[in-house]
Amino acid sequence: MTSQDDIVLSIEHVAVRFGGLLAIADMTFSVREGEIVGLIGPNGAGKTTAFNVFTGFLRATSGTVRYRSTILNGLKPHEISRLGLVRTFQRTSVFQDNTVFGNVMIGLHTRGRSSLWDTLLGTRRERESEQELMNAAQEILQFVGLEHRATTLAANLAYGEQRLLGLALALAAKPSMLLLDEPVSGMNAAETARFVTLVEKIRDAGTTILLVEHDMQMVMKVSDRVVVLNYGRIIAEGPPAQIQNDPEVIRAYLGQRKKRA
Amino acid sequence: MRFIPWLLVAALASVPLWMTDYYYLHVLIVTGIFIIAAMSLNLLLGYTGQLSLGHVAFFGIGAYTSALISLGFKVHIAPDTVVGLSPKPVWFAMLCAVFVTGIVGYGIGKLSFRVRGAYFVIVSLSFVSVVQLIALNWVELTQGAMALNSIPPLTLGFGEYTISFLRKPQFFYLMLSAAVLSYIIIARLVNSRAGRAMIALRENESLATSLGIDVTRYLVLATVVSAAIAGLAGALYTHYIRIVDPNIFLFIYTVTMIIMVVTGGKGTLAGPIVGGVVFGVVPEVLRAMKIAPEMQWIVYGVLMIAIVYFLPQGIVPAVRRAFASHRSVFAGSSTLIEKAEEQ
Repeated sequence: MTSQDDIVLSIEHVAVRFGGLLAIADMTFSVREGEIVGLIGPNGAGKTTAFNVFTGFLRATSGTVRYRSTILNGLKPHEISRLGLVRTFQRTSVFQDNTVFGNVMIGLHTRGRSSLWDTLLGTRRERESEQELMNAAQEILQFVGLEHRATTLAANLAYGEQRLLGLALALAAKPSMLLLDEPVSGMNAAETARFVTLVEKIRDAGTTILLVEHDMQMVMKVSDRVVVLNYGRIIAEGPPAQIQNDPEVIRAYLGQRKKRA
Repeated sequence: MRFIPWLLVAALASVPLWMTDYYYLHVLIVTGIFIIAAMSLNLLLGYTGQLSLGHVAFFGIGAYTSALISLGFKVHIAPDTVVGLSPKPVWFAMLCAVFVTGIVGYGIGKLSFRVRGAYFVIVSLSFVSVVQLIALNWVELTQGAMALNSIPPLTLGFGEYTISFLRKPQFFYLMLSAAVLSYIIIARLVNSRAGRAMIALRENESLATSLGIDVTRYLVLATVVSAAIAGLAGALYTHYIRIVDPNIFLFIYTVTMIIMVVTGGKGTLAGPIVGGVVFGVVPEVLRAMKIAPEMQWIVYGVLMIAIVYFLPQGIVPAVRRAFASHRSVFAGSSTLIEKAEEQ
């Protein structure tokens, strides 16, 4: 284990309870700077719930979530996003009635420099800020490879392209750490391969990544470390090769052979 | 394309020069005031997606505030305590009206963050009822059903150079300037970072917040601006009609604004104007055709249903789409081929 200093996201004894249902029992793990960590587990293991807690969409019943030096418990989603911890959603999540370019412009919101008065008076700062945002939007679209779709309505994009646009939106919010919720579900092999290269590029540019994914091949290929969740508990943690042979993990995914009486 | 709006304004500015029938000028002025109110409603309904059935409350509060400050008032807030205000100039009263409705809008905006959707509709509806009851029953302040009379018209300038906006041609220009100003404010707002945040809130709130957009802030901003502009429309109305009674809070006025916005095309800048012109002018055209009053209302209703049925997005988006396909057929068949290939 490396020193405590380079830990970016740390989850300490987090539990989430919905009435009588224990969605997350006791979760403790951390993500280090520049890592790609895969969070896996069977359906209903609590992966998306965990994401919702980290990003402020759900309150943890107990425990603390810490991002760099800030405790995230009680912060609103937009406040957490502004700290640099940005997520994508499991379902395709884009602004359907806007063009691809318009979507990224919305995503660039926090990078704008103009105040309300600049907007109402149409000042030079307003025009400069808008120009900067447009250039940034262009760059992001080129990065994810959607520049040829700039003027298409998001609703008219193919499924895989919508997922890419979801990623572009998250990138527009200038993340220092990205949480990807099942980013390649529904993508074909070629699209997945391209997505993996993108994720690696994003990490190489200095962004830490935590991803939830069911495509095991993808997770094992891209992750530096894998955390396995089952029934709201962490049952294993380690490098992909080790996780693949962990008996506990195999049991969680395939079930246990019935013991003879 | 950029100068088309200004051509339209210039054309409208010429209206009082050739329209000698004051009745028609009156129709245009009232329609214009309602278009301003509809534009303000569109900011809320069309851009942030919040349906307020209480929009007329801002209009009425603006009307009453401006009337009371220009007339002056005296009320007992306790048996021995009298609060009063001497009559103030009309321009000041109108500014106060904008300011007061803006503050009321702030309160409603904060509230609407807590109650969304159907609950917000009910809260906004109740809000109008409460304001209407106050207007009706606080007789010492509002004269109740007896109405506030002899509200002064707006006058600007000093001595010899005073313009009074009492006569219809002058008032038409006042209305037109207010409408252009409101349009510019709304247009700048919705085409900016703030406007994109509002649209994001309308389309996908969770996604918007995950991108760092403070949705409460922009919802409140939209409500404040929307309320202040509706208040301005109310103040214009009060100094034009020069009488204001609690009937200004009637539900039908909210419905009229919503009809204008929805038929014209909500979430488009031109929508409320087109819808406003259609539904402000249609009743007059029908009246001029000398058909029975009952038939006029039936035709009005059928027209409205037809528009909503055949053009569910509204007139402006439908026209825009028609133009776009028209252009692609004649100018570039290549775009059509591209589209076909995409599918």
